[in-house]
Amino acid sequence: MPLVKLEKVFKHFPIGGGNFTALKDINLGFEKGEFSGIIGPSGSGKTTLLNIIGSLDTPSEGSAVVLGEPVEKLTEKQAAKLRSKYMGFIFQTYNLLPVYTVYENVEFPLLILKMSEEEIRKKVLAALEWVHLTDKINSRPSQLSGGECQRVAVARAIVKQPELVLADEPTANLDAENSYHILDTMVNLNKELKTTFIFATHDDKVIRYLKRKVHLVDGKVVKDEVVSSQ
Amino acid sequence: MIKFLLKGLLRDRSRSLFPILMVSAGVFLTVFLYSYMRGILGDMVDVSARFDTGQVKIMTRAYKELADQLPNDLALLGVNDLLAQLKKNKPAMLWLPRIKFGGLLDIPDKKGESRSQGPVFGLGINLRDPDSPEIKLLNLKKSLVRGKLPENKDEILISEAFAEKLGVNIGETATLLGSTMYGSMAMYNFKIAGTVRFGMLIIDRSTIFADINDVRLALDMADGASEILGFTKDMVYDDASMIKVAREFNQKYSNQNDEFAPLMLSLGEQGGLRDILQMASTLGSIIVTIFIFVMSVVLWNAGLMNGIRRYGEIGVRLAMGEPKGDIYRSLILESVGIGIAGSLLGTAIGLVASYWLQYVGLDISKMLQKSNILIPSVIRARVTETSYYIGFLPGLFASVLGTMFAGIGVYKRQTSQLFKELEV
Ligand SMILES: Nc1ncnc2c1ncn2[C@@H]1O[C@H](COP(=O)(O)OP(=O)(O)OP(=O)(O)O)[C@@H](O)[C@H]1O
Ligand SMILES: [Mg+2]
Repeated sequence: MPLVKLEKVFKHFPIGGGNFTALKDINLGFEKGEFSGIIGPSGSGKTTLLNIIGSLDTPSEGSAVVLGEPVEKLTEKQAAKLRSKYMGFIFQTYNLLPVYTVYENVEFPLLILKMSEEEIRKKVLAALEWVHLTDKINSRPSQLSGGECQRVAVARAIVKQPELVLADEPTANLDAENSYHILDTMVNLNKELKTTFIFATHDDKVIRYLKRKVHLVDGKVVKDEVVSSQ
Repeated sequence: MIKFLLKGLLRDRSRSLFPILMVSAGVFLTVFLYSYMRGILGDMVDVSARFDTGQVKIMTRAYKELADQLPNDLALLGVNDLLAQLKKNKPAMLWLPRIKFGGLLDIPDKKGESRSQGPVFGLGINLRDPDSPEIKLLNLKKSLVRGKLPENKDEILISEAFAEKLGVNIGETATLLGSTMYGSMAMYNFKIAGTVRFGMLIIDRSTIFADINDVRLALDMADGASEILGFTKDMVYDDASMIKVAREFNQKYSNQNDEFAPLMLSLGEQGGLRDILQMASTLGSIIVTIFIFVMSVVLWNAGLMNGIRRYGEIGVRLAMGEPKGDIYRSLILESVGIGIAGSLLGTAIGLVASYWLQYVGLDISKMLQKSNILIPSVIRARVTETSYYIGFLPGLFASVLGTMFAGIGVYKRQTSQLFKELEV
């Protein structure tokens, strides 16, 4: 059974008097351990699709089964539980909490899971190890570079070793070197922990790393290609 | 988790310090305004009671109707008898007979011809007895400017300003020209013992204080009095209990058909004091209502702005899988903490300021030059029990209410929509 299964998914947004259809008849499946991306021009519906997979939004029509749970039928609480247990998010704008240190930012998802302090410490340090930021544990986001911020965000997304990491334009604000660094880290995670990654992007640097590319145009999947060897 | 959120709260001053200051500013204003108004109203009532109305006052029915004209021809008679009964029935209260009179005060020169004169308002009270409660009641010792309190027959006190205007000095003679209780011309020589100033313009303008026994002689009012004032010994006016005292008295003494029968009125039943008393009691709720309303709107607004500023944080917390309810609850909890801290701080500052105004006072005599109302020219606040808590609950309430309103925006919004807003 696939990790994510979308069937006949439509998403309408009410605008003005009528509706705007951002996603049209999406049928997709993602297996565990995939390193795939949704690519397409701006406005094609990438974020909308990722939000539905991430249970932050619900489809207007059709069904989206994520980790065995039908997103459209989940209550607010159930969706929150699904996210807290199995999903990590990475955003274009990092979205770190400015008043907290690097350590505290990474620790946050584990606090939601009510882990013991000891366990938290171990996991946070391991995650920061992954992104090579152990020397900045006590810095605040304002004291970090953009690349470092995004590495903290990656650490925060993977600290609980989730089944699924959703990354929306994670490299849009980074230069080439930092982008590759982040992507290398994620590839390693994917290999070692079998973490599933789904990106939304139109950045060539990211696209080069993807093992599967789902092309989206005007809310429709126009091409779904698997890159065989890399 | 709570520790984590607390850390954030303490580090982010726009979430902790500023809202606390805002709440405390509002609470401070409430406490201070309340104490200040209580002070003014309380002083008005208190001064009225001491100089004019008593906590209860006995007059004849007829005198009451024309009281403004000081109609001593309608005054009480058989006062000693009545006093004896009052003291027997209500021994816990002070009963003080007074005669109010008007006339002309004439200052003669050595040859006995008029040197200066002016209209006078006179108050005949138990003045010569050194143990007389009137001395304390009217604060005579502290109000003395020159001379001494009367000790001998026919000695009087005169307002300092009046004495200056008439050019009369301590020890000199002042002749009262008035009318007796029976309508004939009265002429009586007093001797100035001292001058007084109370800081209340209407009394400081042209008043004399004489011993009631001398006034009885002067106006042919043996065993008579314009009115008998009653006070509880603690001088704290309690409307309900004074109304009860008056009702009991009237049942026993007041005869509908006899216009010379004594009639007792409580302070609240005289003049416009009822309104002032009512105002004093509704004041608190008016201030609090306005405050809650205004502060809620202000804090709501601040909460909204803060909420928008915090969409990022809230969005991330949602994405990390914190349930909306938990987030909402933590926001409310935060506002409770802020409300308590701000209310404590504001109450403390408000009390300090109110106590300051209670003990030091603010002199407004310059502003009152032409005023005719019986109010003291030094404004003093009055800190009551209510001052301690009047601002507290509203502060807390406004803080929580503001956050709740602001939080509903977060609550109602689609999770993904919060994200959109935080990504912009
Ligand atoms: N809440 C909304 N209300 C109305 N229209 C919306 C809403 N959210 C998205 N849309 C519309 O849906 C379409 C797809 O938006 P989406 O954000 O998914 O695009 P995207 O592919 O992520 O673009 P980008 O690469 O610029 O991030 C856009 O045309 C957008 O205007
Ligand atoms: Mg997008």
